[in-house]
Order: sequence, then C-alpha cells, then structure tokens
Amino acid sequence: MIETLWVIILSFSLFAIGIFGLISRRNLLFILLSLEIMLNGIILLFVAASNLHGNNDGQIMYLLVLTLAASEVAVGLALVIQIYRQQQNLDVDTLTKLRG
Amino acid sequence: MIEAIFMITAIVCLISALLTVTAHNAVHALLYLVTMMIAIALIFFLFGSPFAAALQIIVYAGAVMVLFVFVTMMLHQGEKSNLDEKALFSLKNAKGPLLLATILIAELLMISVQPLEMNSSLVPLSAISNEAEQDSAQRDNTSQPNSVKSLAIQLYGPYRLLVIIAAMLLLSALIAAIHIARKTPKHVDVDLSPEETQLANKQQKANS
Repeated sequence: MIETLWVIILSFSLFAIGIFGLISRRNLLFILLSLEIMLNGIILLFVAASNLHGNNDGQIMYLLVLTLAASEVAVGLALVIQIYRQQQNLDVDTLTKLRG
Repeated sequence: MIEAIFMITAIVCLISALLTVTAHNAVHALLYLVTMMIAIALIFFLFGSPFAAALQIIVYAGAVMVLFVFVTMMLHQGEKSNLDEKALFSLKNAKGPLLLATILIAELLMISVQPLEMNSSLVPLSAISNEAEQDSAQRDNTSQPNSVKSLAIQLYGPYRLLVIIAAMLLLSALIAAIHIARKTPKHVDVDLSPEETQLANKQQKANS
C-alpha cells in the first residue's frame, strides 16, 4: 500500500530539484541532465496515476514522454557538440552570437 | 513492507537527483543519474507496472545514458573540465535557485498537509477500486486492466495516431541531430568560386 500523497511529493520534489539544476547550472550538459530529472518526475506521476485509476492511458502517455525525452536528448547533445566545437567550453552565458 | 521499500527507494532517488545536480564531475553526475533512473524503475515495479519499469531501464538507463556517456567521453578533458566546472557552479553562488526550489517544495507540502479532508478521499495506489476495474473491463475486453496485452491493444487501437506521431518525432530528431552535429567547413558559401558553385549546382541536379 503506497500512499498517493508520497508519490506526488516525490514526483514534485524531483521536478523542483530539476528546476534548481536548470536555473543554477551554467554548463549545457548539466542543464540537459536537469531536464531529464524533471521529465522523470513527470513520468513518475503519469505511471502512478495510471495505476491509481486502473487504466492504461497514463502508461501510453509515459511511452510518448519517453520518445520525447529521447529525441530531446539527441538534438540537445548534437547542439552541445556543435557549441563545444565553436567555443571550446559549454558555458551558456558566453553564447551571445547566433552565428559564431 | 512495500511501503518501507518505497520509502527507501524514494530517498535514494532524491539523494541521487540532488547529487546529480550539484556534482562537478560530469561522469559522476551521469552515474548518479543512472542510479536515480533505476530507483524510479524500482518504484514502477512497486506500482505493479513491470512494462514501464523495463522500458525505464532499457531506454533511459540504457540508450539515453549511453548517448550522454559518449558525448562526455568526447568532450571531457579530465582535471581541466572539473576545474572549469567548479568556476562555473558552486553551491554558494546558487542560493537564489535553491531558495526558489525550496519555496516550491514547501508550497507543495503545505497544500498536501493542510486540507486533510481532501487527502482522505485519495485511494491507496495498489488497491484498484472496483469501479475503475469495471470501467476498464467494459472499455477493453481483456481480463487484467493493467497488463501489457491490454496496453498493446489500446496502443494499436484508439492510439494509433500517437504511435505514428512518436515515430515521426524520432525520425525528425534523428535527422536534426545528424544535421546539427555535422562538421561544417567554415565560410563555405564565401570561398566558393563561380565554377565551383556551377559544379555544385550540377551535382545537386544530378542527385535530384
């Protein structure tokens, strides 16, 4: 018997930790990691709701979010590589030109 | 018993998430993130959805993490990167974000503790209510409401469009990633002489 309240608190805490990382880090790689943490918090809530209500819609949404996360990571890491080629570090504060 | 395991897993999950966010070494952060994802997979098992747990391990802890590890391998420069990262981020400078995140969590705790009459109506997760069972039994004719079989039937029945959208999303992400990460020669459009542009145009026509 897992209380729903604890699941919600866990999911929201993960989301808040992700937001903290997103705001405070300046390395693009760590920003992507924080986004992963936020998505995991949301996913947890979806699967928990799917089991609470006894239907599969939450798990189908989980599949879609999983796809979204995978494609987001692929594009984000391609951008990381390209930015590293241009300025030899990943500090997002120095990204001031659209075309370097 | 299940609740105790859930609590331990949740604490492991939160601690590894915090360590991911505050780590200075990218490889350490990745390993903490894998720990967090496996903890979440364990929580999915406790919920009684093994398919989601398996996908969490295969896709997240497997595929996505391999991508991250490869990029870190390409870009990490040992001690220099760690020192750079220490200059970029320290907990002393991150007081503002810490405050904001703490406010968010405190608000959630206040909302969830204060109105007790709202919480008492929540059903425990593992006890699926009879109404929901009847509902889903009417909706699809499978015996178990949360099995992989019924999930697959729903996925290729009413949610067909979603599968196609997911496939197109993955394909476009693949193309975008290849295009962005490609090594572009610098100032290619400036340095081309007229003959070279003609040649390029001919090649384009031949290709099309």
